[in-house]
Amino acid sequence: MDTLTLILLDGIAFASWLFLVSAGLTFAYGVLRILNIAHGSLYAIGAYTGATLAGLVLHSGANPFLAYPVLVGAALLVGLALGPLLERGFLRRVYDQEEVITLLLTFAIFLILEDGMKLVWGVSPIIVAEPYALLGQLPLAGVTYPVYSFLLTGVAIVAGLALWVVIDRTRFGKLITSVIHDREISAALGVNVPRICTVAFTGAAMLAALGGAFTAPMVSVTPGISADVIVLAFAVTVIGGLGNISGGAIGALLVGLLRATAIQFFPALDLFVVYALMAVILLVRPEGLFGGVEVRRI
Amino acid sequence: MRGAQVSRTLAGAAPWLAVLLALAILPRLLPDWLGFLLTVAFAKALVVLGVAVLLRSNLVSFGHGLYFAAGAYTVGFAAKWLHLREAVLLIFGAVVVSGALAALLGLFLARYRGIFFGMLTLAFSMILYSLLLRLYWLTGGTDGMVTAPPTILGVVPGAAAGRAHYYLTLVCLALALALTRRWLGSPLGYLASAIRDNEIRVEYMGASVRQGIYRTYLLSGVLGGLGGCLVAFSVGHIAPEFSYWTQSGDFVFVTVLGGYASVFAPVMGSVVFELVRNYAYALSPYTWQMSLGAILLLIVLFLPRGLWSLLAPRAPVSSPWTSSSRR
Repeated sequence: MDTLTLILLDGIAFASWLFLVSAGLTFAYGVLRILNIAHGSLYAIGAYTGATLAGLVLHSGANPFLAYPVLVGAALLVGLALGPLLERGFLRRVYDQEEVITLLLTFAIFLILEDGMKLVWGVSPIIVAEPYALLGQLPLAGVTYPVYSFLLTGVAIVAGLALWVVIDRTRFGKLITSVIHDREISAALGVNVPRICTVAFTGAAMLAALGGAFTAPMVSVTPGISADVIVLAFAVTVIGGLGNISGGAIGALLVGLLRATAIQFFPALDLFVVYALMAVILLVRPEGLFGGVEVRRI
Repeated sequence: MRGAQVSRTLAGAAPWLAVLLALAILPRLLPDWLGFLLTVAFAKALVVLGVAVLLRSNLVSFGHGLYFAAGAYTVGFAAKWLHLREAVLLIFGAVVVSGALAALLGLFLARYRGIFFGMLTLAFSMILYSLLLRLYWLTGGTDGMVTAPPTILGVVPGAAAGRAHYYLTLVCLALALALTRRWLGSPLGYLASAIRDNEIRVEYMGASVRQGIYRTYLLSGVLGGLGGCLVAFSVGHIAPEFSYWTQSGDFVFVTVLGGYASVFAPVMGSVVFELVRNYAYALSPYTWQMSLGAILLLIVLFLPRGLWSLLAPRAPVSSPWTSSSRR
């Protein structure tokens, strides 16, 4: 019973994290048709910025609960600073090219940002665990579980709902949808496509940084975290269907529960199951569990 | 007639023999560390060559670390379980293992194009990575495995091991280059570029796109395994990172750096890459990746046919990416 509870709690916590780090990737692919390897770097920069700013707040003697809004603020800041820069500076040049070119381009950006982070933050780990410890533990159905994990789930749900509201319930969302369907026709109808692209990518960058900022209290932020996260995010994105956000949520839940189960019963296979699922999904339904049809050439 | 053909072949081969000869005496002139660097660069050039033959059909393998690791761990396991140390046998083993792996995975991959091909190769390589990383009792986990220097045709190289590995790698590379060059000149090789230009036409002309891609993938996997095996010989240490996606990304990077109009382009790319990395790392350990990234950025945006296109501006292949912008 306890094992089942643990699997569920761990699974949901991991799924929330996965959704946070992959939602931006899915969204950016949906709108811009760009599979952004540098997404992992934006995540890491979010983590560094979040840790640094939260650390400043905590050391200044202010109310430690201020750290949470500061984490959100850090994510918005990173997204606003880097999103338009990357989109206008680089990605825009390759929209009409093959997807593999965009893959290479974002890999180049990934390499550059990777060292950029080392220049700014150094190579020694940054640990700001207070926001995690502050919330304490909660006894629940026979196990005690850190409250921070529930906060993470909350953040993921809020982020997912916000994305849904923006895309499905606002005028701007309608414009995004029209750009997704046909960029040329949208432009011909007077939609400011370049602006939509910039805003969409900035949103995706914010989501990546948000995932990073809320991860920072749980881990020690070191160089190299971006490389690990990007393949996991790719896996979730592919499982849910490239460009499909609700699919991404279910994909994250699936991967989260699967991995939590593996950790309980076969700890050595925790990563294996994730990539095995990714491979199986690609083999059986390359468009993802919830992707549309006819995304493949031939 | 036949004599003329033979003499023409000889005349055609002469410049390459001269290059080979020059490379053969090179380690006597260079310091040991540079010889080692060249050995590793040549070994990795084999993997890059594998990525390059796929790229000719516009297929980007973001998981060629899979074969690199498969070849390297073949050496590791053969030494651990079979106490096998003979280089020729180990090379044969690595080729068989990586070839079998490619034959299996190619069955699935031959159906995929573009981003899906890349993602599936990535998934396969990450599966191997997670196994190598987590099955500690079998693979040594993150510590990897130490591979003892092999004997070459029964001879224990001893103090001259570095130079022996250099020659071994050079011979393998020369054979692989000759073979791949022949392949590219064969109908199957031309099929690869035809597939890049227009698959539907290829099918209409009666050739099987799927089979073409399958065989190219087979060649590409074998080259990857060979490269991994040779790196294991000369470096003497193998780790799960061989199969990690950043390693695969480096291979793609070098392929794009060198270009793929000629089989020699990957070799040039690989040597330039190792030199740049070595010097950049020595000069500034925190920004060498940044310089690599900046170079890749410039190449992707301005020199999509790689460094080789600077040397041979009138390469026989049409611009790989502009000719097949998204359909």
